[in-house]
Amino acid sequence: MRLDAKIPAGPLPQKWDLHRFETKLVNPANKRKYDIIVVGTGLAGASASASLAELGYNVKTFCIHDSPRRAHSIAAQGGINAATNYPNDGDSIWRLFYDTVKGGDFRSREANVYRLAQVSNAIIDQCVAQGVPFAREYGGLLANRSFGGAQLSRTFYARGQTGQQLLLGAYSALMRQVAAGKVKMFPRREMLDIVVANGQARGIVTRNLVSGELERHAGHAVLLCTGGYGNVYFLSTNAKACNVTATYRAYKRGAFFANPCFTQIHPTCIPVHGTYQSKLTLMSESLRNDGRVWVPKNAGDKRPPSQIPESERDYFLERKYPSFGNLVPRDVASRNSKEQCDQGKGVGATGLAVYLDFADAITRDGRASIEKKYGNLFQMYDKISGQDPYQTPMMIYPAVHYTMGGLWVDYNLMSTLDGLFVLGEANFSDHGANRLGASALMQGLADGYFVIPYTIGGYLAGTRFEAAGTDHAAFGDTERQVRDQVQKLLAVRGKRTVDDFHRRLGLIMWDYCGMSRNNAGLEKARTLIQELRAEFWKNVLVPGTEADLNQSLEKAGRVADFLEFGELMVIDALARQESCGGHFNEAYQTEENEARRDDANFCHAAAWEFAGDGKDPNFHKEPLVFENVHLTQRSYK
Amino acid sequence: MSTSICLTLKIWRQKNPADKGRFENYTAKDISTDMSFLEMLDVVNEQLTLAGQEPVAFDHDCREGICGSCGTMVNGRAHGQLKGTSLCQLHMRHFKDGDTLVIEPFRARAFPVIKDLVVDRSAFDRIIQAGGFISVNTGSAPAANTLLVPLHNAEKAMDAAACIGCGGCVAACPNASAMLFVSAKISQFALLPQGKPEAARRALAMVRAMDACGFGNCSNHRECENACPKEIAIVNIARLNREYVKASFASSES
Repeated sequence: MRLDAKIPAGPLPQKWDLHRFETKLVNPANKRKYDIIVVGTGLAGASASASLAELGYNVKTFCIHDSPRRAHSIAAQGGINAATNYPNDGDSIWRLFYDTVKGGDFRSREANVYRLAQVSNAIIDQCVAQGVPFAREYGGLLANRSFGGAQLSRTFYARGQTGQQLLLGAYSALMRQVAAGKVKMFPRREMLDIVVANGQARGIVTRNLVSGELERHAGHAVLLCTGGYGNVYFLSTNAKACNVTATYRAYKRGAFFANPCFTQIHPTCIPVHGTYQSKLTLMSESLRNDGRVWVPKNAGDKRPPSQIPESERDYFLERKYPSFGNLVPRDVASRNSKEQCDQGKGVGATGLAVYLDFADAITRDGRASIEKKYGNLFQMYDKISGQDPYQTPMMIYPAVHYTMGGLWVDYNLMSTLDGLFVLGEANFSDHGANRLGASALMQGLADGYFVIPYTIGGYLAGTRFEAAGTDHAAFGDTERQVRDQVQKLLAVRGKRTVDDFHRRLGLIMWDYCGMSRNNAGLEKARTLIQELRAEFWKNVLVPGTEADLNQSLEKAGRVADFLEFGELMVIDALARQESCGGHFNEAYQTEENEARRDDANFCHAAAWEFAGDGKDPNFHKEPLVFENVHLTQRSYK
Repeated sequence: MSTSICLTLKIWRQKNPADKGRFENYTAKDISTDMSFLEMLDVVNEQLTLAGQEPVAFDHDCREGICGSCGTMVNGRAHGQLKGTSLCQLHMRHFKDGDTLVIEPFRARAFPVIKDLVVDRSAFDRIIQAGGFISVNTGSAPAANTLLVPLHNAEKAMDAAACIGCGGCVAACPNASAMLFVSAKISQFALLPQGKPEAARRALAMVRAMDACGFGNCSNHRECENACPKEIAIVNIARLNREYVKASFASSES
């Protein structure tokens, strides 16, 4: 199968306009004849649900939480980018596009990223109109701040809770459509499989997490807005319920998975402190605007930070990257912190941390100013670590944060499975091998508010649908397979808990498929994952029953999928014999230890096709064609 | 520095909404003081699982105090004793070796217990559906900077908008009132020019929905403010009352 990204013809700035003109429309009276299933209610899912319902489609929306307002977009802290150029510092759609392509280390699709930059301004307009309380200047105009990977201020923010405010905006639009009867909301449901009839995605099978019942839902198209798979590492900044199950089941039903090895390790997280730890907490990248990252110059220097004089500190990001300083992209900042710690210069009890110091900023701007910008983050740090960052520098270390890989989609956001659309972090298209800060919120909302409302019409208007209600044989078959899997998990009755297996998998992934990778380690990881998976199915202990609220069973299903998916990540990492962005293979680095791409052989998106259980997946590639930007070695010096 | 403590837990166990429910005693041994409260429950649940018993069901997700999923009563206080802190951000360094902790679900007629510590808070969604939004379809928004919002008002709106919808305010209130939750949303929009056109309708509809869901009324105990993990102030309730009175007497909306 040849991957067709359906990138419209024409010059880059006109592609989206031309495409919208050429896309078929569904007339207003006919929209109500279509049922759209949306899985997930983060920024992408909530905005898509609301926007499609406003257009007149019948929308059925599913979320894993008790309320759609709790999706993990809510935890995004720093901000959302847009090319408004309000600060008059030289921004433009082209520059936002260029920064994003470069930040992604030239492994994203030009046309998608350009469109993202094009719609970015309308997102800000939309959110303001919804009542999102963005930060403002005294005159009442919107405020901006700078973020990693950019030399200007294009980030809009609502204190350190931008994701929360944007999500509540989208959630309120969604609730308005629920009240209007255009969205039917199904909370506490987990999608456990996609139903494919006549080659089209025509529905889903969900588990009601309260009663345990399996339910069938039919529609004309399915939108997966189910986020990323960072929890394959067990410890990550993702919420506990984040999982790969929806996208992985779609993969097993024929949707290709693209670039699964592209994961983002965020440089500023609170370090790991114990073996019982259940998750890691991010400290927003915006802190790098005012915080200075340093370690002691001498390895093994265990003095408290206050006793290390200026002359014995190494502000390594400022030293190595004078033009971007502490604001280098995330992958670069993370690798440098790791490098310092590997040299024995790490701080704190574990030696796996670097300082993020606000002393200069507090002296320069005053404590009140810092408190206004970052108050809630400082408070959160204090609560978790028991240390006051106004008095002593924060300790930070990189942690898994975001996954750039995801289901392969074309320009219309449709996967290789007809009728299955993928939005937000769950798809692969816009961030290449590394996502820049404040771009995830932009992409989630771009997909939901301003892309899918147009492109889904083109699919629906141009597709013939046979009857495929919940009584269709495909629904019965799929439900049976889901039930078998649930019962199989309960039947093992082994001796190790689900979390125990998950932690072990996480360690394998972190050690061999984390911040830096090498071929021998990846080969080893593959074997270890296979062994762990085999043991899981012999020895996992899932208490309780299926006909009940059973959180252990929920976790077990997710971990079972992670145990297969982890291997796919490793396979992808092995196939990509270069370094780029978040994928750093030690064999491919420059003399200055930066990622060295191999554009001659790897300037493509790798898309994996499921070939059957126990078989190696089939490899497909979408060559990435750069007609508008010149591929260079990224430099932030 | 991290140390270990040992605790006695009295945890509410209830199989389903129909079950009467009861407290059961558990011992939590070797709890590191660096753990969060939920990590302590994780440890207990791992032990229960290995002992062939069913673990305690509790809602949780982001574990960084923003999603609003978690929350139980700890020794009679919603989210525990620490001010401005959700349960996931409460760390065990705030407890002493030998302490007894009584852990039970949020109690309110409008929040029926589903299982153990898990309650049904869908009433909050119904209140938002009644009017907790600004009616603007995607695509019809004016340019963002054509609308000026005084910094002072934007900040106060943000203070109110910080609500995470956890329900701690309801659980803490002797009347199980949702006034703090409702007032936070009404205040956010009342303070912003975008919210003005629908202000009267919103105030009336949300209060009506709140009553219909079975929440009690506010009688100024201020327990809500004290329990709120985001420290939403009751000045918002005063603003809600003003908005409601204004809407009732001075508006043609009903």
